[in-house]
Amino acid sequence: MTRSPHHQAAIVGIGQTEFSKRSGRSELQLAVEAARAALDDAGLRPADVDGLVTFDIDSNDETAVVRSVGMTEVRWTSRTPQGGAGSVATLQHAAAAVASGAADVVVIYRAFNERSGRRYGQPGAFGGRRTRDWHRAYGLDTPAQQFALWFQRYMHMYGVTNADFGRYGVVARQHAATNPNAWFYQRPITLEDHQRSRWIVEPILRLLDCCQESDGGVACVVTSPERARDLRHPVVLIEGATQSNPTDGYVTTNYYHQDLTRYPEAESVAAQLWKSTGLGPGDIDVAMLYDAFSPVVFYQLEAFGFCGRGEAGDFIADGNIQLGGRLPVNTNGGLLGEAYIHGMNNIAEAVRQLRGTAVNQVPRAEHVLCSSGRSAAVLGRG
Amino acid sequence: MEPMTTASTVSPWDDAIFWEGVDGGRLLLARCARCSRIQHPPSPMCPSCGSVSWDVQESSGKGRLHSWIVSHHPSRPDAEPRVVVLVDLDDGVRFVSNLHNVQLDEIQVDMPVEVTFQLVGDTVLPLFTRPGGGT
Repeated sequence: MTRSPHHQAAIVGIGQTEFSKRSGRSELQLAVEAARAALDDAGLRPADVDGLVTFDIDSNDETAVVRSVGMTEVRWTSRTPQGGAGSVATLQHAAAAVASGAADVVVIYRAFNERSGRRYGQPGAFGGRRTRDWHRAYGLDTPAQQFALWFQRYMHMYGVTNADFGRYGVVARQHAATNPNAWFYQRPITLEDHQRSRWIVEPILRLLDCCQESDGGVACVVTSPERARDLRHPVVLIEGATQSNPTDGYVTTNYYHQDLTRYPEAESVAAQLWKSTGLGPGDIDVAMLYDAFSPVVFYQLEAFGFCGRGEAGDFIADGNIQLGGRLPVNTNGGLLGEAYIHGMNNIAEAVRQLRGTAVNQVPRAEHVLCSSGRSAAVLGRG
Repeated sequence: MEPMTTASTVSPWDDAIFWEGVDGGRLLLARCARCSRIQHPPSPMCPSCGSVSWDVQESSGKGRLHSWIVSHHPSRPDAEPRVVVLVDLDDGVRFVSNLHNVQLDEIQVDMPVEVTFQLVGDTVLPLFTRPGGGT
């Protein structure tokens, strides 16, 4: 078996701030607190860091992070595209930097005051309505509305209802209910609670189908497997990491593929990962699937082949994605139940599962899938 | 410029053909002058052949409703909820628009629709309605 070049990197540290609705401090402070915490977790010092990766829309400038954390000199920086859909691509960037020798120790960071500051789910968060453009001129003001046009076609073709989506929301809060870091800690919900929550986009998404709005930061430290073996935690390998950016793709307004019941980008990253790692859906012990909205989980379950097309609703209803099920999904509660740190908190949970330190630990987890739809990675125990 | 939505931002250069058509009450699509690929939304270069020269093709304005939602965000709703639709034009192009003059309980996926040019605020936009339903 040919090993992916990304097999030459490992995640050795994770760190985070508290997740809240009002952090009471700057986004830069959240970023550097998370970065320091990740370095402490790894047993590395700021002076060891020579690479930084973050998101295109992160407000924290690299030079400000270097200056505040006290990194001596950074010689690799890069940013991933597409907001949260690029969250898992940060692992690909960091692994590529380490595998190529461009950097030895890379810190990935993402921090924001997404609830107390700029709220991505509010109309106008990204410039507001325009009189003439392809999408927003018609009232597609928010990601929920933009995504919902896609989901409606899926509901129509497969006879899926909003209550079917609600069953994912119930599982996410069930996992969050035992996670002290989660917004829904000790607050599980029922399907009835879900069905009573208000419409955000009728007749597709209710409030409890939508992710949290959160303040906070998460960071990860990536280095070589050799160096990882000398550090304090069990080695977590990046077994494969990739992206898909096809000709007909858009990000939140991804309407120009022929069949809107499918997620071609996710199907592509799935095929790439199964090929590069030699693994398949049956080898995955835990899946961390980007869940800005419940239906995105349906699309990803099908794209990665965990169930057939149109079958995600039944797969979820049959208990497969709960703790103890065939494929526990978003064991921290995900973005719906734990917090919305733009997907990075789901990556941190994947690392905890492989170390055996998650609060909702899946026994003997060997391979964990992290997907943000347009980018994905398989992490494994080294 | 916000990266998450860059791809939906209109360029006054790349998209001029389309909006000039709307101002004249016509639905004009960009067709590659070299290989005839129709590109919507328009782009500066043809992804099939690399040409940067574009002709126009006038659309019949007829198509079918592919998907729909009600746009009525709870924190900042429109005065009247708007129905946002995806239309599959017979020309093979998918188009985002609003449904005009159709009641909510009459909406069906795959129903036939046709373009109508309506004043929205102070701008004319191409909307869609039932065949013969434009006013």
